[in-house]
Amino acid sequence: MSGSFDLQAELRESGVREVLDELDRDLVGLVPVKTRIREIASLLVVEKARAALGVAGSKPSLHMCFTGNPGTGKTTVAMRMATILHRLGHVRKGHLVAVTRDDLVGQYIGHTAPKTKDVLKRAMGGVLFIDEAYYLYRPENERDYGQEAIEILMQVMENQREDLVVIFAGYRDRMDTFFRSNPGLGSRVAHNIDFPDYSVAELEVIADKMVATLGLELSAGARAALGDYLRLRREQPNFANARSVRNALDRARLRQARRLLERGRVDSAMLITLEAEDFLASRVFAAATSQPRSEEATC
Amino acid sequence: MRITQGTFSFLPDLTDEQIARQVEHALAQGWAVSVEYTDDPHPRNVYWEMWGMPMFDLADPAGVLAEIRACRAAHPECYVKLNAFDSTRGFETMRLSFMVHRPRQEARFRLRREEGAGRLVHYTLERA
Repeated sequence: MSGSFDLQAELRESGVREVLDELDRDLVGLVPVKTRIREIASLLVVEKARAALGVAGSKPSLHMCFTGNPGTGKTTVAMRMATILHRLGHVRKGHLVAVTRDDLVGQYIGHTAPKTKDVLKRAMGGVLFIDEAYYLYRPENERDYGQEAIEILMQVMENQREDLVVIFAGYRDRMDTFFRSNPGLGSRVAHNIDFPDYSVAELEVIADKMVATLGLELSAGARAALGDYLRLRREQPNFANARSVRNALDRARLRQARRLLERGRVDSAMLITLEAEDFLASRVFAAATSQPRSEEATC
Repeated sequence: MRITQGTFSFLPDLTDEQIARQVEHALAQGWAVSVEYTDDPHPRNVYWEMWGMPMFDLADPAGVLAEIRACRAAHPECYVKLNAFDSTRGFETMRLSFMVHRPRQEARFRLRREEGAGRLVHYTLERA
């Protein structure tokens, strides 16, 4: 075998490095996820080198499973993943089609197959992202049409591996049950990426980024209040990580708007500054003071 | 007799790769692609059977190619064609249509002469 292949040059020219750097810059935390994506990118570059030097095997199977709690960035990473796979030539178009059970499963006999196939055709050349994939399988109803969708999905995942990449996403425990009850599907998903929950420090960085994109600023008091808010909110049920941060900011903006209207006259600094009281008015603090025990637990 | 209908019909049959390139072009124009088949390729037969619904919002020809292959496998003795429909206002019509499969034994047609009033001759095609 003669000739050589410059892997670093390939990485540079494909523009994947920019996407990876962007990923590092834009996404806070998620270290295991970033490591895994770098590994996959490396695999694809090496695979390209193998093809260039004529020692190529078959294309690797890149169907993935993203597990993690809500708001940990699964959809965002899937979108970046589509770009990376496209730049490295694993998929031809690099678009992302995000679907849930409703888009795949029909309502009556004979409705499911065309529906699923339609979605698969739309996703070809790109990435199919199935959110909350475990809803496809409903063991309590043996006549559920979800099974039919799973079978079609499995067939296409196997036979048209070069045409699309399927990413399943959902909570970890329920995805585990889902793959256990559909072993054929589980064995076709080679990469399982787990998204960890964010720490309070990471959530604060996320909040800072969101505030900056909204064109707002946090006063020193607001920053402390937001930190307290996140510490309390994190312990409460239905906490959705980055999504909860976004919601908190949206509600703070509402309160800020009301506060400013009550004042009457404002200057530009007041318009872009969120104050501590915008956060302290939240229900989360009220719940915490009425239940002092939970506050102790978070301190 | 080689049936010639639609675009490219005087060229040798397109390979799957060439078909994919044509579909790629149609999708880039925003046209909706559909597959149809018939056992009656008479030039006046405009009603071909639909092979599934027209395909909207596709990004890649792989899905269309899969449908074409499935249709060929199900109807090897039929003619299969591919249509690309442009929904832009002002066009609202087929912009591209060509055959992607023909049976091994092609249909045969003969020319029939019919004498009408005043020794006027009508010509028509009929299946041989």
